[in-house]
Formats: sequence, C-alpha cells, structure tokens
Amino acid sequence: MITDTIVLQGHIIDSLLLPKVLDQILNEGGEFEIEEVHIGRQRADPSYARILVRAPDEHAMEALLARLAVHGAFPTGRAELTLADADQDGVFPEGFHVTTNLETSVRYRGKWLPVEGIEMDCGIVVDPALGVARCTPMHRVRQGDKVVVGHSGVRVTPLERQGRGRLFEFMGSDISPEKPKWAMVQALAQELIRARAAARKSALVAGPAVVHTGGSEAVAELIQSGYVSLLFAGNGLAAHDIEYALYGTSLGVRLSDNAHVPGGHTNHLRAINTIRKVGSITAAVKAGILNRGIMYACVTNSIPFVLAGSIRDDGPLPEVITDVVAAVDTLRREVRGVDLVLVLGSTLHAVAIGNILPASARLVMVDINPAALTKLSDRGSFQSVGIVSDVGLFLRQLAQALPLER
Amino acid sequence: MPRFLMCRPDYFGIEYEINPWMRLTIQVNRVLAEKQWHELYRVLTADLGAEVLLLPPVKGLPDLTFTANGGYVEDTLFISSAFKHQERQRETPRFEGWFREHGYSVHRLACECAFEGEGDALRLGDAIVAGYRQRSDIGAHMELARITGRQVLSVELVNPWFYHLDTCFAPLRDDVALYFPEAFDAYGRKVIQGHVEHAIAVSARSAERFACNALVVADTVVTNTGCDDLEEPLSRFGFHVQTVDLSEFIKSGGSAKCLVLRLDS
Repeated sequence: MITDTIVLQGHIIDSLLLPKVLDQILNEGGEFEIEEVHIGRQRADPSYARILVRAPDEHAMEALLARLAVHGAFPTGRAELTLADADQDGVFPEGFHVTTNLETSVRYRGKWLPVEGIEMDCGIVVDPALGVARCTPMHRVRQGDKVVVGHSGVRVTPLERQGRGRLFEFMGSDISPEKPKWAMVQALAQELIRARAAARKSALVAGPAVVHTGGSEAVAELIQSGYVSLLFAGNGLAAHDIEYALYGTSLGVRLSDNAHVPGGHTNHLRAINTIRKVGSITAAVKAGILNRGIMYACVTNSIPFVLAGSIRDDGPLPEVITDVVAAVDTLRREVRGVDLVLVLGSTLHAVAIGNILPASARLVMVDINPAALTKLSDRGSFQSVGIVSDVGLFLRQLAQALPLER
Repeated sequence: MPRFLMCRPDYFGIEYEINPWMRLTIQVNRVLAEKQWHELYRVLTADLGAEVLLLPPVKGLPDLTFTANGGYVEDTLFISSAFKHQERQRETPRFEGWFREHGYSVHRLACECAFEGEGDALRLGDAIVAGYRQRSDIGAHMELARITGRQVLSVELVNPWFYHLDTCFAPLRDDVALYFPEAFDAYGRKVIQGHVEHAIAVSARSAERFACNALVVADTVVTNTGCDDLEEPLSRFGFHVQTVDLSEFIKSGGSAKCLVLRLDS
C-alpha cells in the first residue's frame, strides 16, 4: 500500500465534492483517512479538507489521483522536493525534514526516489549528480549538501497490515506478562530457523543480565549454530561473559550454584585486565586464554560484534568503542540488512539499535521488567513484541526449541 | 431593465467540430440563421423590454455569436473565459476589448484552468451553480468563488452532449429551475434538488431540443421550439413560455441562452 495526501478546498460540502471524492477513493479500491477538515462558517466561506489516501501500488495511485484531480482534489505529495544547502558541517538548514523509520521516497525531478538507509530522526540529503537520496544523521551532513526541507515531495509508506511470519500473527504486538511463553518461544524458534535457512540476517542485542541469569551457554550455542549474524552489546555483557569464562562467576556469583565467591566482586575487573593485557578479545581467543562463552563464540564463528561504551564502564575492554558517535556509525554499517532483532535484557543498547532500524525490521524483546519493554515499543513504528520473562530461563527454553550445534 | 450582450451571426457557420452536435457535413443555412437570431433579438427588446448591446461580428470567428461563453459578469467586473479549445480562444481579445471599452474591469483567471463563462456558471439566488469536466475545470470555480465572494456549487457534467451547464440547467428564479437529470451524476442531481425548491426535470426529448438553454426575463421563459412539456409545469410557477425557432444554432450545439450574455447581475 502506498500513501499520498490530497487537499480539497472550496464549497466542498454543499457541492457534495467531499463525499464524492471519498466515495471515489473507496470505489477504486483505495482507503482514506481524513487528516484535517475546516468547514466554512457562512455559506460563502470555503471549506478545506486534507485527506490521506492509500492505494495498492504506484500505478493504482497515479490513476486514482488523476481521477480525483478532476474534482479539485490535488495531491500535496506531487509537489517536488524543496532543497536547501547545509551551510556548515554537521548542521542541517532551518526547517529540515525529519525522517521516521518508515519506508520513504522523495519526488525529485519528476521521479520518486527511495531514501536509502532510512532510520528515524535524521535528515534526507539528495545527491543531484548521482540522483540518489540518502537518510543522513545530523553529524554526517556536510557543508554544501542538498538537504530536504519541509514536507513537500516526501512520501512515506506505512507498514503493511499483516505481520510478517507466524511470530507476529501468533503473538500480536502488545506486551503482556500473562501470555503462554512456551508457545512464544516456539514461534521465535521457528522464525530463527526460517531466517537461517533463507540466509536472512538476525541480530542479537544482549545486556549483562544474559550472563547473570545463566544464559551465556545458550547464546553461545545460538551463535555457533548460525542463528546470529551480529551481536550488539556493551562493555558489561562482554566483561561478565569473560568473567564467567575465566572464573565461572558473574558479578562475583558462581553461576553453577548461585554462591557468592569470596573476592568474587573483583573477578570482572580481573577479567577485563587480562584482556587489556593481551590487547583484545580476539587476541585472547587466539592465545587460548578465552576458550568459552559468547565472545569466544563470536570470534571463532566470525560473527561481527559491536560493543558500544557508556560513561559507567569499567576498563573498558579494548574493542569497546568509547566514542558514542563512532559507535553508532559502526552499528549503522553492521546493521544493514538485518531483518529480525532479538533484544535480551537490555534497555540502553536496545534504544540505540531501535533508533537506527527501519520500520520493516522486527523486534522481539525479552525483559523481566514490563516497563522496560513498554519504553522500547513506544519508540517508533516497529513490528515488535515484548516477552516478560527472566532472560536466562527464556534462553534455555529457546535453546531447547532449536536444532543446535553444541 | 435587463441588459444583455449579443452578437449578430454574420459569420456564423460550422467551420470546425468541437462538440458532438457539430458536423462539418451539416452546414448552416445562413439566411435562416440571421432570421432566427433577429426574431430572438426582437422578442427580447420589443416584447420583453430588455436592452441589448451588440458585439461586432468578426469573420473567422463563427462562434462569437454565442456570447454567453465569452465570460462571466459580476457588477462592473468581466471575468474573461479561458476557452478549452484553441478555435474559440481566438474570441477572447474581442470580448475583453469590448468590455474594456464599455467601462468594465477585465480579469483573467490566475489558475491555468479552462473556464467558459456564463455557459458554465449561472446565478441561483446569491450563489453560483457551476459546471465542470466538459469545458470548464473545477479549479476555475474556486477562483470564481474567491473573486465574487459567492458560494459556488460545483456540478459535474457527465454527458458530452450537454457540455455546458446552460444546456442542461436553467435557473429561472431563486426557487425554480429547469434541469435535465441525465446530464448530471447522482451528486449533481442531489445538489440541484437540494438547492432549488422546485427543480423541474425536463424529458430527454425536450433536453435534446435545448429546452434548458432558456433565457428568463421577468416571468417569460424564452426557449427553442418543440419543448412541449415545459408549458404546463412552468405555468404552475407563474411563468409563460415564449418559443423562438433556433434550429440553425442547434446545429452548432447552442440555443437561446448561449446567444445571450447577461450584463446585469
């Protein structure tokens, strides 16, 4: 379905033009939503209506709009783009158009161009020489870039009504602690199997809770079995994963029996120190120092990982990108083509990846705290589902539901 | 006293085909056309006491005699038509020139839309009923509304044989009008029925004889001959019908109302 917006003005009520136009849209298999209506107070006062129109495809939309134009309904989206030059690096011109994460096109030189790399809260830069339009974050705009301003000539495509894949049909898109978890786990497992078979990219966003709740073996198995194309996490997840690999503890708690180990609270610092000494996580794996766990699985299976730092990190580990702008740019590169994202016990990194994903990406979020899930799902238009569960328990169940290479 | 603008049919004939009625193979009888036009002129001036001003005819402008399409008059403002066909666009300077000479201010529509004057815009009380699709574009209606400050009721003309509003709609008084229902769609019919207390539907037979292309002066309705079903309904509303044979003009798709442009609003 594609959308466009039309404006109808004049004596559209008394002339029955408004109902006529709405009827015509429906008769031609389209849909409409009235965005704004102002009705003239006195007889001679004109009225105004702005209507969002949906049609099955570009061809149908063109035909419908041509017919509606005869009745005085003119599309606003037909207008060309308005472009303005950025006059400083990293600064958009006034009135710059702000993107959503929905599939977007722009009308340039009479043609609709898809906006490449769409993500929310960015601007759109048009390259006249190449005839391409790119979604551009603020810090990447360069002086002289031609930036889209205003709404003229910009068209967004809303998400399709049906969810894609059994995962979303089954679960719907709300968050409720009281849903049959086992069935949801099964549905997710099926989705991961399908994605792997079709060589589609799935990303994992993991918070340190994954390790604290005893889920690291399961994650390592997922990575080893090819269900994860990208790991996005922070210093915390990597540090505690390595702590567990080296000492069997996470935050000083022995995971096998939940016992507090004396001096255990220092284990993660020793783990970080060990890695810093050898230069990198990858080097530690090569040297045989790190020989199990999530980071080990990433290195040995050549699965890229992006570790984005934060202000409270210990160390940090060498591969952690401490410049947040550089971190998100790296993530942007790595996340291209990712279709399914599994978020486990993470809020900060989940929000970060949510910021840069297109609306077409599907999110499955697992957290013990319903409030964390609501926060994430409210961010933008996403096909998302939240599962309230202990992350460790969830992962063990998921591992059971999947054919794994152990 | 009602005031009208007419133009003698000295150069009237079928020189092109721009509506379904016109056929280059069916030529006009010039002598008869002159006679018929003069009879209309006589009825208006002598019988009905109207003042008729004349636009000089021009060779090569055969449709100049249909003055209703030249534009739309509102007080001392002449809104010049933007003819759809290039053949009639050549008439525009003649109309604009005449109106300027006679003290009117001339306005051309700002939008790039077609508008064929009083042929597609007729007063109904304080409002204007305006036709679109065949010859005039709806964009012109918005501008017309803005300029005149009047409510404009847009009606779509769905039948190419009734290509101007004045061929299928005749407001005779605020509450009485003639119309040919099949020239409109359901919405148009509803608009007419909703805004005219007594909307008198004419039969297809009468419509084809341009019954709706009627001129009204006080309580006299002047129209082409052969529209027999008008007498009775119109008399109920206090009108009487005066017919004039306009057969030669019908060959070009016009009749009584097309030959006359109202100068008094």
